[in-house]
Amino acid sequence: MAHFSTNEFKAGLKIMLDGEPCNILENEYVKPGKGQAFSRVKIRKLISNKVLEKTFRSGDSVEGADVMDTELSYLYTDGEFWHFMNNETFEQIAADEKALGDSIKWLVENDTCTITLWNGTPIVVTPPNFVELEITETDPGLKGDTAGTGGKPATLATGAVVRVPLFVQTGETIRVDTRSGEYASRAQK
Amino acid sequence: MTILHQWQPSGSIDSIVKRAQILSKIRNYFANQNVLEVETPTISPSTVTDVHLEAMTTIHTNPQSVEKTHLFLQTSPEYYMKRMLSAGFPSIYQITKCFRDDEVGRFHNPEFTMLEWYRLDYSMHELIEDVDSILKLVLDTPVCHKISYRELFAMHLDLDIKNDSDLKLVSICKQCGFENIVPTEFKETLSQTQRNMLLQLLFCEEIESKIGLERPVAVTHFPASQASLAKIDPVDPWLSLRFEIYYKGIELANGFEELTDVKEQKARFTADNEQRKESGLEVKPEDTKFLDALEFGLPACSGVALGIDRLIMLALGKKHISEVLTFDFASL
Repeated sequence: MAHFSTNEFKAGLKIMLDGEPCNILENEYVKPGKGQAFSRVKIRKLISNKVLEKTFRSGDSVEGADVMDTELSYLYTDGEFWHFMNNETFEQIAADEKALGDSIKWLVENDTCTITLWNGTPIVVTPPNFVELEITETDPGLKGDTAGTGGKPATLATGAVVRVPLFVQTGETIRVDTRSGEYASRAQK
Repeated sequence: MTILHQWQPSGSIDSIVKRAQILSKIRNYFANQNVLEVETPTISPSTVTDVHLEAMTTIHTNPQSVEKTHLFLQTSPEYYMKRMLSAGFPSIYQITKCFRDDEVGRFHNPEFTMLEWYRLDYSMHELIEDVDSILKLVLDTPVCHKISYRELFAMHLDLDIKNDSDLKLVSICKQCGFENIVPTEFKETLSQTQRNMLLQLLFCEEIESKIGLERPVAVTHFPASQASLAKIDPVDPWLSLRFEIYYKGIELANGFEELTDVKEQKARFTADNEQRKESGLEVKPEDTKFLDALEFGLPACSGVALGIDRLIMLALGKKHISEVLTFDFASL
């Protein structure tokens, strides 16, 4: 894999750190007037999802990480792996529970997810920003209550629990923002 | 329709108006103090030998010569101003553009404005008071606090930079998460360049953000190995009469009780160039006219360079240098 010098460090560059692929978020130039220059870099570790700061000596270089994002459709799970397919090549890839993380609760069959591959292996699965899921259980709301104040919890088909307005009922399909885990609207029929 | 704003200045009208008012206050201060405003060239056939400063260059064509001359843009006006002092000028100041290659960031623009001044017969401590008056004038700050470079390391990192071993320095760097910066070949000892590099790292990352938060701080007595153009401390030759001013975690100024000994100056140029070789950098030509002026005699003086753009950032509460410049590097 190629090496990258600190002056090539830009948001989005993928590098290896402590044996883990990382995404550079920010790179700040630090230099005393009469001294050595450094790069103070904010990094997200892609497997542990931890954000940390790391300082490099200006001009030093680090190994790049073979990381790429690919858009795949979610097919099914066999309980151990979650299977995705490239709709153009029909090639299939299986991701494990660790790569899925919290995304498990937002997986809807045939939805297009972003799969981050490191050396060809899925390490992160990102669901679409909005998914539509059916409510399997929620308390019946009070009549006449429209927008409501705090809403009520509702369990969705995947097991996810979100707060919904009081007027939304069991059996309805709703649109959820997967980034915040919040109710967005009733699904467009 | 999308409208592109890239042609616009990076600083707002309000900021640039306030900038002009601050510059005028500073000029007024020096006028009242009878310090003469001067202008010196920004170009020179020679440059500084500092290991961590790179000058930008330009080419000059002379209509009466076929040869083209390579010139350096100044990184600071120091040598010209000292040549003036040697020639008998009184205390002088200037507000001038300086240029430094390979420096772009929140606090760095490759072309920036420096306030540099020299006071005849001033000690380091007297000059610190002078800088403090300007900070009070522009930022309305309380009297600055003085602390030595060595005390800061003892206080914040429990490291005695004079007596503790290289092993201890390296182990502190590792504890702070800088194992990637420790030279890979390190066993027990560091070269002086490497030791200074690690001290600068710890200073930048572990000390700078913690000092001068309530009031400005003058960091005094840098080790002689980082003396730059400062006199060696007559009380302790391990130290130099170099200081830096910090406020709210920002390095604002660097000053010296000036080295006037030409032999020592030549030795430092040579040592710098040796270090440049060791670091794989180009050796820089010595400024012979500056050395000739020292040979003739530089009167006892202290001098300091203060980054005006950073001072204005602090005065206006701005986060990025681009906000106090008419056009920063990105809007050229």
